[in-house]
Amino acid sequence: MSRFRELVEAGSFVVTGEIAPPLGTDLTAMRAAVDLLAPVCDAINVTDNQGASLHLSSLAASRVVLEMGVEPIFQQTCRDRNRLALQSDLLAAWTLGLTNLLAVTGDDPRSGDHPEAKGVFDLDSTQLVQVARGFNEGHDMKGRELRGATDFFIGAAMFPEAEPWDMQQARIEEKIAAGVRFFQTQAVFDLDKFARAADVVHAAGAKVIGGVLVLRSARAVRFINERLAGLMVPETIAARIEGADDAAEEGVLLATEQARALRELADGIHIMPLGLDSAVPRIVREAGIKS
Amino acid sequence: MIITRPRDWERVRAQLADLGATRVFITGCGECATIAQTGGEPEVLAAKQRLEDAGLVVTGWSVGDVTCNAGGQRLEARKHAGEIESADAVLVLACGAGVQTVADTITKPVTPGLESVFLGNVVRQGVFEERCQMCGDCVLDRTAGICPVTTCPKGLLNGPCGGMWNGMCEVVADLECTHVLIRRRLAEQGRAAKVEPLPPKDYSKKLKPGKVDIRPKYRGRTAGDAS
Repeated sequence: MSRFRELVEAGSFVVTGEIAPPLGTDLTAMRAAVDLLAPVCDAINVTDNQGASLHLSSLAASRVVLEMGVEPIFQQTCRDRNRLALQSDLLAAWTLGLTNLLAVTGDDPRSGDHPEAKGVFDLDSTQLVQVARGFNEGHDMKGRELRGATDFFIGAAMFPEAEPWDMQQARIEEKIAAGVRFFQTQAVFDLDKFARAADVVHAAGAKVIGGVLVLRSARAVRFINERLAGLMVPETIAARIEGADDAAEEGVLLATEQARALRELADGIHIMPLGLDSAVPRIVREAGIKS
Repeated sequence: MIITRPRDWERVRAQLADLGATRVFITGCGECATIAQTGGEPEVLAAKQRLEDAGLVVTGWSVGDVTCNAGGQRLEARKHAGEIESADAVLVLACGAGVQTVADTITKPVTPGLESVFLGNVVRQGVFEERCQMCGDCVLDRTAGICPVTTCPKGLLNGPCGGMWNGMCEVVADLECTHVLIRRRLAEQGRAAKVEPLPPKDYSKKLKPGKVDIRPKYRGRTAGDAS
């Protein structure tokens, strides 16, 4: 069983990080990012053509992370593969030793670097979770018995600050009913909104890992607000970064404050360093999470 | 109705040049392309003028009732047989179905003058919106009469996805999230509590090419309708 899963299920406060596989075959930079994050992370998400832009596959990169002795969270989007490919990649993931899964919808191709591509979306994220749960129970989508089942620790994404809330709440409950055991959220800026989401997750018996974004510059804030789906930086936060003498330092301080606050509400934090990977150990340490 | 838009004119000219066509017959459509103002009489006459301005000869033109109706199109072709015969090519200002019907009924090369874009609702005169993709596996009973397959840009059956913000879609600016609209209407109708995730879609219901034969003697052996 995955150690990450053990920690989460035992109620320990976990830390997850995130890496993007390269556009190409040179893994040097990716390995360096893993080396930076690994000492303070219980698991590292490996994104799947993130931003609808071409990268080496999450499947291969997750295996590389595992071989480095670090536990990956294999991300799978619904954008690029139909139900046959999704299922066969899930089976592949399990045989490669990947035990943690994050099932997400995926950004639309129109927002990525191949805007002419056909968005597949043969399944949506809820249905993909149902498929993975079926695999755990030993059968495929058609109900046929698998020769060798899986035992994925199934996660999903969540955006606790997006309104209307009643619909987000319904989605959280549907995903848990479908088989989700843990959520990783978009960046948390409003702790009250995070708390109401956490209440729903906990009431349904699942766990929630709160997203922490490292805002390294005013430019990064603008980029996030204009380009990244599901991430919105509030004006007060943006003003704080923009008005700082050392924006990167301010971003690290902000992330540290958010991480510390999430200790009271969440089951862990998911740090999205946006290139400032080197600051992650300090954030985790100064938030009082790991010594 | 089928919504069409004009194909890039330079491309149409290039198509005719590839065919070595200097003499052209033009066919429009009296149904959808007339309403969409892409292949009715005014548009056919405008195309005629443009071709003539470019030095081509237009041997004749027609706007039949419904260009995708094979029987009607055969009559139309017969009516204009001489004009078509004396042309090098036929330019069709109709949807792709219409272009193929014309191609089936004459021997001259046929070339499209429009792009076929979607099955459209006429929201008001001159405003068309896509609401149905003719998927063959309707979910409107479960989605309060709003089709997520068509009106969610990702075609997700269950949503909203992670990009929804303040009820708006992340992919298409100014578009309300379909899944928010569906859930809101279901709630207004007192049906929210019974919402269950929709199962994956059965794409075998939409095997191409579709064919339906409702003539009494063929009932019960309809091809293409995979039900």
